[in-house]
Amino acid sequence: MSIIFDHVTHKYEAGTTMEKPALKDINLVINDGEFIGLIGHTGSGKSTLIQHMNGLLKPTEGTVYVDGEDICGKGYSLKSLRSRVGLVFQYPEHQLFESSVLLDVEFGPKNMGLTQLEIQYRAFEALKSVGIGDDLIDASPFELSGGQKRRVAIAGVLAMKPKVLILDEPTAGLDPAGRDEILGLIRRIHEESGITVILVSHSMEDVANYVDRIIVMNDAKVVLEGPPKTVFANCDALESIGLSVPQVTRISADLKNLGLPVRPDSITIEEAADELAALYKRLH
Amino acid sequence: MIRDITIGQYYPENSIIHRLDPRVKLAGTLVFLVSLFLFKSFWGYIPAVIFLFTCIHLSKVPFKHIVKGLKAVVVLLSFTLLANIFFTKGTDLVFSWKFIKIYREGLEMAGFMAIRLTLLITGSSLMTYTTTPTKLTDGLERAFAPLKLFKAPVHEVATMMSIALRFIPVLLEETDKIMKAQQARGADFEEGGLIKRAKAMIPILIPLFISAFRRAGDLAMAMEVRCYHGGEGRTKMKPLKYKLRDLIAYLILAAYLAVVIFIGKKLH
Ligand SMILES: Nc1ncnc2c1ncn2[C@@H]1O[C@H](COP(=O)(O)OP(=O)(O)OP(=O)(O)O)[C@@H](O)[C@H]1O
Ligand SMILES: [Mg+2]
Repeated sequence: MSIIFDHVTHKYEAGTTMEKPALKDINLVINDGEFIGLIGHTGSGKSTLIQHMNGLLKPTEGTVYVDGEDICGKGYSLKSLRSRVGLVFQYPEHQLFESSVLLDVEFGPKNMGLTQLEIQYRAFEALKSVGIGDDLIDASPFELSGGQKRRVAIAGVLAMKPKVLILDEPTAGLDPAGRDEILGLIRRIHEESGITVILVSHSMEDVANYVDRIIVMNDAKVVLEGPPKTVFANCDALESIGLSVPQVTRISADLKNLGLPVRPDSITIEEAADELAALYKRLH
Repeated sequence: MIRDITIGQYYPENSIIHRLDPRVKLAGTLVFLVSLFLFKSFWGYIPAVIFLFTCIHLSKVPFKHIVKGLKAVVVLLSFTLLANIFFTKGTDLVFSWKFIKIYREGLEMAGFMAIRLTLLITGSSLMTYTTTPTKLTDGLERAFAPLKLFKAPVHEVATMMSIALRFIPVLLEETDKIMKAQQARGADFEEGGLIKRAKAMIPILIPLFISAFRRAGDLAMAMEVRCYHGGEGRTKMKPLKYKLRDLIAYLILAAYLAVVIFIGKKLH
């Protein structure tokens, strides 16, 4: 499923004194099967952008096309769109409401009007893929730990078998171990099912190692776009809009600025270490 | 969107009305509300409308914003309007069709009531548009302070009120978020009959209540760790003090009230 943004502008409270553009003339193409990182400072418009992808928000100007169809067109079924474009909100654990984990995960597929058998099958499958064991399936969602709740909420969206999975800051408020677990889980889902994944984040380190392409937003606009290495090569531009680049990238860039012949675009520690080792050998 | 409900929410501006002592505004609102019931002819509306519009103008709250706030009570307004048109009996028949009879008195009554209701709502919402919840409760607490002598929990009630007011926008925002999250899972709030729609509210209400309780718990805890123990011996960082402008405002209020009473007595 491809998603295309064609000159999309969105203004909150349009037509009032408190009008506020949250997206300005966005043009984007998101291809089938891509793993995309969407990054930006707080208030840059990331959440607004992703809510256009499943029709929760409508563009004030411009058009959003999903699979070539205008999603604001007459007779376009938003309900079916929402089952194909799954959106996991920030702090998704706050939307749990059922009396058991299983029932909560079944909410999405039930709304799609599937058979009871299919609903249960999907719910079990989704829970398994996020690593919620059988012992927790009948527990109340409110008895779980924060990390477990978040997994259940993600399963609730996965159970709809979306072709595009969008996650708004899925690691917010988790400790480093919890963060790595969730990110690992998302990568595995992407690899196993081949669906398009869009990961929204504040942190470059979060996405650097995982995604194929990074989209950087600042002040309601897309300012940079490309594979991680290309984007991180703009170290100073990124820092000027309040985003941190991965530490190793910063150090490599600084070394380069000091006149050492190293590549400035290392992302992982291993890469940087190899680069430095090679340099060391060349110099001695 | 549910966030569009603006009635009762503070509108930040720097105007003379915003700067008035909250006690003056409370008294002003009370006087204005009472004044609307002191006359029985349309004449009385002249000073009332002039007074209200002058206040709105001085407050710098855009007129559009106030009209938008009224949208929330449109149902109530139209109900009053219709009830008065159809159920007031009179002598001067202007329209009749089968069992429906409309009298001139009914139309007049409907117009009279609709204007009164609009003024009532606009008048009281102007106070909340121009007064922060903190100031409003400060004002209430001071205005009702004499009741403390009779052991009435004035401070506690005032605090509860300010917290409730403070949380209205927060809860609206939360509702908006939860609604979107459930819509993303395919929930549908617009389709189906009454029962189906009522059922569709469950996935919104439960998370909303849970978050409200969580917030309330957090807030209680935060107040406790900062040694909150009610009003006794509590001092204010910014104690309320009357200024010259407040005195002038009281005088204007008195003059307004006198005019309305005069019109109510003399013109029928
Ligand atoms: N419902 C709303 N009504 C009015 N303004 C809004 C609303 N939602 C967001 N905004 C404004 O739109 C801008 C973009 O908000 P958005 O939530 O898209 O940012 P974000 O990049 O997701 O930020 P964060 O990283 O903090 O989640 C912000 O300035 C915000 O204040
Ligand atoms: Mg956001």
